[in-house]
Amino acid sequence: MAKLIFVFLTLIPILCNSFTPEKTSDRRILVLLDDFAVKSSHSLFFKSLQSRGFDLDFKLADDPKIALQRYGQYLYDALVLFSPTIERFGGSIDAAAILDFVDSGHDLIVAADNNASDLIREIATECGVDFDEDTSAVVVDHSGYAVSATEGDHTLIASDDFIKSDVILGSKKIEAPVLFQGIGHSLNPSNSLVLKVLSASPTAFSANPKSKLTSPPSLLGSSISLVSVIQARNNARILISGSLSVFSNRFFNSGVQKAGSPTKHDKSGNEQFFTELSKWVLHERGHLKAVNVQHHKVGETNEPSIYRINDDLEYSVEIYEWSGKSWEPYVADDVQVQFYMMSPYVLKTLSNDKKGRFFTSFKVPDVYGVFQFKVEYDRLGYTSLSLSKQIPVRPFRHNEYERFIPAAYPYYGAAFSMMAGFFVFSAVHLYNK
Amino acid sequence: MAATDAQTSLRHAFGNVLAFFILILIGVLAFSIRLFSVIKYESVIHEFDPYFNYRVTQFLTKNGIYDFWNWFDDRTWYPLGRVIGGTVYPGLTLTAGTLWWILNSLNIPLSVETVCVFTAPIFSAFASWATYLLTKEVKGPGAGLTAAVLLAMVPSYISRSVAGSYDNEAVAIFALIFTFYLYIKTLNTGSLFYATLNSIAYFYMVCSWGGYTFIINLIPMHALLCIVTGRYSSRLYIAYAPLIVLGTLLAALVPVVGFNAVMTSEHFASFLVFILIHVVALVYYIKGILSPKMFKVAVALVVSGGLAVCFAMIAVLVAMVASSPTMGWSGRSLSLLDPTYASKYIPIIASVSEHQPPTWPSYFMDINVLAFLVPAGIIACFSPLSDASSFVILYIVTSVYFSGVMVRLMLVLAPAACILSGIALSQAFDVFTRSIKLQLPSLSIDSPVDAGDGSSESVVPDDTVKTDKTEDTQKERTSKKSRSRKSSSESVEKPSSKSQIKKRLSVLPLETSIIAIVLLVLLGAFYVVHSVWAAAEAYSAPSIVLTSHSHDGLHVFDDFREAYAWLSHNTEVDDKVASWWDYGYQTTAMANRTVIVDNNTWNNTHIATVGTAMSSPEKAAWEIFHSLDVKYVLVVFGGLVGYPSDDINKFLWMVRIGGGVFPHIKEPDYLRDGQYRIDNMATPTMLNCLIFVETDGKAFDRVRRTEIGKKHFKLTHFEEVFTTHHWMVRIYKLKPPKNRIRGKTKKSKSKANPKTVSKRKELKRNPF
Repeated sequence: MAKLIFVFLTLIPILCNSFTPEKTSDRRILVLLDDFAVKSSHSLFFKSLQSRGFDLDFKLADDPKIALQRYGQYLYDALVLFSPTIERFGGSIDAAAILDFVDSGHDLIVAADNNASDLIREIATECGVDFDEDTSAVVVDHSGYAVSATEGDHTLIASDDFIKSDVILGSKKIEAPVLFQGIGHSLNPSNSLVLKVLSASPTAFSANPKSKLTSPPSLLGSSISLVSVIQARNNARILISGSLSVFSNRFFNSGVQKAGSPTKHDKSGNEQFFTELSKWVLHERGHLKAVNVQHHKVGETNEPSIYRINDDLEYSVEIYEWSGKSWEPYVADDVQVQFYMMSPYVLKTLSNDKKGRFFTSFKVPDVYGVFQFKVEYDRLGYTSLSLSKQIPVRPFRHNEYERFIPAAYPYYGAAFSMMAGFFVFSAVHLYNK
Repeated sequence: MAATDAQTSLRHAFGNVLAFFILILIGVLAFSIRLFSVIKYESVIHEFDPYFNYRVTQFLTKNGIYDFWNWFDDRTWYPLGRVIGGTVYPGLTLTAGTLWWILNSLNIPLSVETVCVFTAPIFSAFASWATYLLTKEVKGPGAGLTAAVLLAMVPSYISRSVAGSYDNEAVAIFALIFTFYLYIKTLNTGSLFYATLNSIAYFYMVCSWGGYTFIINLIPMHALLCIVTGRYSSRLYIAYAPLIVLGTLLAALVPVVGFNAVMTSEHFASFLVFILIHVVALVYYIKGILSPKMFKVAVALVVSGGLAVCFAMIAVLVAMVASSPTMGWSGRSLSLLDPTYASKYIPIIASVSEHQPPTWPSYFMDINVLAFLVPAGIIACFSPLSDASSFVILYIVTSVYFSGVMVRLMLVLAPAACILSGIALSQAFDVFTRSIKLQLPSLSIDSPVDAGDGSSESVVPDDTVKTDKTEDTQKERTSKKSRSRKSSSESVEKPSSKSQIKKRLSVLPLETSIIAIVLLVLLGAFYVVHSVWAAAEAYSAPSIVLTSHSHDGLHVFDDFREAYAWLSHNTEVDDKVASWWDYGYQTTAMANRTVIVDNNTWNNTHIATVGTAMSSPEKAAWEIFHSLDVKYVLVVFGGLVGYPSDDINKFLWMVRIGGGVFPHIKEPDYLRDGQYRIDNMATPTMLNCLIFVETDGKAFDRVRRTEIGKKHFKLTHFEEVFTTHHWMVRIYKLKPPKNRIRGKTKKSKSKANPKTVSKRKELKRNPF
């Protein structure tokens, strides 16, 4: 019999060459700016990154010397595009290079703005985010605006419509609304990779506040997303915001009072919101790994090359979550394993020992074929785990059936008595003349 | 008189030795005429099924018989797998495995492949010897030798048994003829020893080939014929009853047959005749012990009662058979009885070219002059009609019918045609040479006894009255079937008696005889020339390597092996390769990769799934293949070099088989006005389906002699990874799902976006 070789398939092979939690000390981020003023005006955001161990490399977006990779190796682990107006990057970078960067498992933070360039819009579109096609339109909200000293055109809005996910936004609740001033975008509802993290209120719309509204705005209500994140299939994470100023020190520090709301917060939610969000985008939270998939027959320890139908087997897998510094055991009670051949024949929830080991045992179904142990774990905010391990299941061997079936004893009796009778008959017939 | 006896026995011995050497030469001829494929090409396994048999044999020699018996193969029919041990006729594999084992124990280190390649030629030598034995039982050694030499080079049999054609038929034809021989031998001798041997030979046949049902239906038919024509004898009982009991028990031991041996209608005829022969035996016994008057009374009693019981039983049987959905007949057998059945209901059977009815020229191609000699042989068998010759007549009649249904069964016809032609030729030579001999006084003095038969009866040609007398008595005896137990000597006498009639009645003029002999020799020579040509040119191509002669010399197309080698070197060992089922066996055997479907077409739904994928647009095809974990898709395109049996020519079968299970695939969608075309008049469904992608990059199709309707393809879900030198095999790889899903705004180039975006939704719609 040909040696059976099992494939350990995981859809996160990129892990090895991109997000490398092992060398946390020198995680490098390239920050591309329109001009260096942003570096100081958004210093609070950058500082929070630096304080978490990231090495920021500030460059002008049209610097002719910038490059994402050299000799086929990426120089950075993440890219921050704080250059909404850039029409053409300097050096070897263009939209395709940035998308390749993402497709090879690296993270991206993009901030657009009122006058976002086609280049930024194209990158966003490629990631599944559609900015309002009307380039002069911004998000206006006449009832959810932020109360400020000057009665403006209600383009500075205060939104507290966050995604409900502790993984993405941290376990601490964000009390204050987030200030936002910029353009809105929409997501395709069928696109499962994109998540609306901060959406506009139902009264918001996207239009040019300076001109009179002649036709209904294309983007309306809570379908407008202000900040979105994308987790690509290779688990690269992307943050797209319709505004650059939301990251600024001014927004981080200013107080906020939402129109119609009596409470006035001393400090807007921006700092907490974007710090937590950046933790998620840069894989400091919600990143799972599954290792050490094992299965064997009950009572044995070695992995067999083939199971027989109706065998009892044990399956275990270890799942860990990256905490930003180390791999911590992942604790959940909703991880399931499938014993799968075109459709799941067994679906069991794995129990865990709080040390990261998930395990279960079950009986192989009475069907032979090439099965797979499949763990498909997709939870909001977490990297998707997709493990599959192929294992054939064979029918009984010829000598594994019962030798004598109790129900058939009458037939055995009949056969043997017939033989004996025939023997006696022959003897009598032949020698009794 | 003593001197004559000594002379006769000397001649007899001399004749035996000569016959022995002739047989050895026939064996050598049968073996060597099948070596053209090795000489012209190389020592390789041919075609499709042989590759599977070869792979199984390798497994057998490596792992032993028990592992072979219990082999669960997880590399075919992914993800269902296939229990090889229980679904394969093990005769061929065990035979070749045993050969290999014996050779290796004798320190002859041949590879398994070599043994497999030469199994078929060796067994065709055995088959011609078996033909000799069978025909000798029917019409004496002269006819036997002629039949053997004809069978050694009958093109129909050569086509299935050239070196490298390692298929079930290679050993099955030998088993078939040998079983028939033992049946006739038992019938002639009435020996229980031969009857037991007969059931063992039948067991070997059951092990070897599904065609064993031919035996288990033909022998009951013959037994029935004998009973009906009043030729029942205890010899018939001994030839028939043990075969059915032992044979059925043994057949049930073969895993692939198992309970089918008693459960399916193919075997019912034998049981019915088995009951009948017992009834007849009882009647004869009662007739023997009762006075004629009493017997009449008994008959009147029993017949009325027996008929009622019989009708009741037949009604029960018919009801049981009718209650099963396919009336208890498997599809392949039904298509034998009703030639239109398969094409109407089972496209997967009709799609195989060898399951089609043959054309007239193929009779001439495959049995050549035998077709003209067979009627003469039938006539020769009628004079006189014995149990054995009636069997041969029945054999030819049924096999002619079956060969008319399925081209593949021409193979069963060939031995029958050879036997009858052998009889005809040998009888004709007998007549003519005797005519010459009688008219050449110098010779006739020398040999008063005919050399051909070893009869000790001294026959003087002039003594017509006396001969007549013996003639008549013999005839009487034959027709009355009151032969003594020493029927073996009688069977030798029979030809002699017949030749005596001819001797007396049909002494032909010398010139006529000489001319006739010359013509017969010419006819034989023509047959030999044709057979050698067929062996050398028509039937020796291994079909994995193709050659073509053109004005600038010989071209060799080795694209299949090139593609399989690419797969085995460039893909992961557990990758799944999808292709139309024809190439399944070769892919597992040569590339050692897991396939979805293969030539063992046991699961119609699975094949229909692949057919549906092949006839679907790219995205739908991707989803189907992805759900089956397929990594690579292998398609065959003959348009560049003019290789006609490519996937485009097989495509309508994919559509039919796919549409049989998944009704959204409709054949008319692929036909323009009922015509299958691939040029710019082809339907959009046709131009968009996956199989059509294989024409990508070529403008003109040399097989269909048309310009291809769509020349450039932009593949989004597949990518071409390999194309062989002559473009015959093209391998496409499934792209992984897109890393990101694009938004839908703007960019003129992103018009097709909604499709891409909605991919996730449609992923859920797969045929399972």
